Amino acid sequence: MGAADRVILYREALNEALCNEMRRDPGVFIMGEGIAERGGSYKVTAGLLDEFGPQRVIDTPIAEASFTGMGVGAAITGMRPVVEILFVDFAMLVMDQVINQAAKYRFMTGGRGRVPLVLRTQGGVGDGLAAQHSQSLEALFYHTPGLKLVMPSTPGDAKGLLTSAIRDDDPVVCIEHKLLYLSEGEVPAGEYAIELGRADVKRSGGDVTVIAWSGMVPRCLAAAEHLAASGIEAEVVDPRSLVPLDRDTILASVRKTEHVVIVQEAVRRGGVASDIASIIQAEAFDYLDAPIEILAGRDTAIPYNKQLEQACIPQEADIVAAVRRAVYA
Amino acid sequence: MLPKALLTRMYRTLYTIRAFETSSIQLYRRGLIRGYLHPYAGEEAIAVGVCAALGEDDYIVSTHRGHGHCIARGGRLPEMMAEIMGREPGYCRGRGGSMHISDIDTGNLGANGVVGAGIPLGVGAALGAHIRGEDRVAAVFFSDGASNNGVFAESLNLAAIWNLPVLFVLENNQYAVSTPIEQSSRDTDLHHRGAAYGVESCAVDGNDVVEVYERAVEACARCRRGDGPVLVEAVTYRQGGHHVNDPGQYMPADRVAHYRERDPLVVGKRHLLEEGATEDEVAKLEAEVEAEMEAAIAFGEASPEPSVEAFVAELEAS
Repeated sequence: MGAADRVILYREALNEALCNEMRRDPGVFIMGEGIAERGGSYKVTAGLLDEFGPQRVIDTPIAEASFTGMGVGAAITGMRPVVEILFVDFAMLVMDQVINQAAKYRFMTGGRGRVPLVLRTQGGVGDGLAAQHSQSLEALFYHTPGLKLVMPSTPGDAKGLLTSAIRDDDPVVCIEHKLLYLSEGEVPAGEYAIELGRADVKRSGGDVTVIAWSGMVPRCLAAAEHLAASGIEAEVVDPRSLVPLDRDTILASVRKTEHVVIVQEAVRRGGVASDIASIIQAEAFDYLDAPIEILAGRDTAIPYNKQLEQACIPQEADIVAAVRRAVYA
Repeated sequence: MLPKALLTRMYRTLYTIRAFETSSIQLYRRGLIRGYLHPYAGEEAIAVGVCAALGEDDYIVSTHRGHGHCIARGGRLPEMMAEIMGREPGYCRGRGGSMHISDIDTGNLGANGVVGAGIPLGVGAALGAHIRGEDRVAAVFFSDGASNNGVFAESLNLAAIWNLPVLFVLENNQYAVSTPIEQSSRDTDLHHRGAAYGVESCAVDGNDVVEVYERAVEACARCRRGDGPVLVEAVTYRQGGHHVNDPGQYMPADRVAHYRERDPLVVGKRHLLEEGATEDEVAKLEAEVEAEMEAAIAFGEASPEPSVEAFVAELEAS
């Protein structure tokens, strides 16, 4: 922990990134539902209205497609909008603007146009929010050329990645996790940027590489401590940014441990874990001592009931079991 | 009446757009253009009248039927021709084509392949200018078809609650591809929709460039006073099907004939002659435009195709 680091909440770290960037660049403005007066459902934007006023901290009606499209139009014409979509589930309402407009504009203009837009949203299973407020939909954005995608798992990463996302000249989707907003961590004070496309080794270990992002990272770290007690040292690699993806850090870890478990909250089919597995088998096949284990959410919508909900998502015990399978295979 | 110089300039642009569309259809038939091509023939007065009312710093947002908007906003013919032929010197380096031409230099955010999708882009451009404290209007062109898409209603409301300087230009050509407006709207006077959002709205004859221009001037002035947005419904008719390969057989012959009599070029030329121009002057102007068009076509045909190797290298570097 550096001298300037303090322990703050994930939501506070995001707030610092927004606040610093708005101070630094008058082109940065934010809009979304209930983000101004109310400070956002998760208090990420608390206090920003007071400092920056209603011109740059804008409460919108429930018109996701159009206010996201406005973000795209403002970005094309020189602003750096940060548009908040309350739940990633609601991002389905804005997919034309994100996929057909924002992601393609630079390409379609032969490189003359830029869309420095950030789409902030949050996903994942929470506490009984059921099928339309609990999804993990990163694969939809991951699949689309022209978009960058970050999914911070710690307060420090949240601040550093959001800062870089705002400064980036291309559209960046930032998917936060609803269960992480109240998590604590060390965060550098002042300006702090993490280059997009740099993975972080959250825990070192020589026996198995566990790749996870967003809400699965703390769970994998807890599982790793459990495994250490029985002599298995897991290396937990958090890509942090899924697009661009830091292949080098992932592959270096795989070459060291020769065993791989990829843990994702999203359903397995067509998911990011499968793509990372395909990269590993293509680039490091000779190093693998066992088949790659993918531990993913079940192939279902998220149920309301607590026991059913938990049964759909990898839990700590599932991760421990998956690692044991991989190591002893 | 408007000054002769302005009428001359507007007629020249009307004629340029028509010549561009006539040429592009011929080039399509010759196999020099691929994909979709949506001619603006018959609707020229709308783009010309609106763009003549805009200032240099203003924005426009175009549609899939976008050649006319680009030309009226000052787009360069050689780069347009090169683009629709898919050549490297084109506006989008051959990556965009007819449906994606944009021209950031003239404030043209671009055509769009998704009906209605450009509407919020224009409102966003106006929002950005508003935040920066700049005096800029965004003219958003869209169709009767787009007015049945959700983003039209959302964007009209958003622009209204924030008093944004947006000129919503509803080009009512009375068809969504082949579906006539009577089948998709109970009230076919589409400008009536503005009132529900508290937006100043009116209808104009979309084939009369002078009428469009005068209404657009009023609407822009209103936007610049901070009393925007404004919705202008310009009623018009296509001189053909939805795209180059659609013969438009569903379009009744009597309506086609009615609107051909009210061809925007005929109307525009009449205004010009009434203001003292001679047939010789008009013929000279038309010949100049034809020569420009020939030069643009020659530029396009002589332009190199994009290099696949360079394209792949760019992708791998990004």
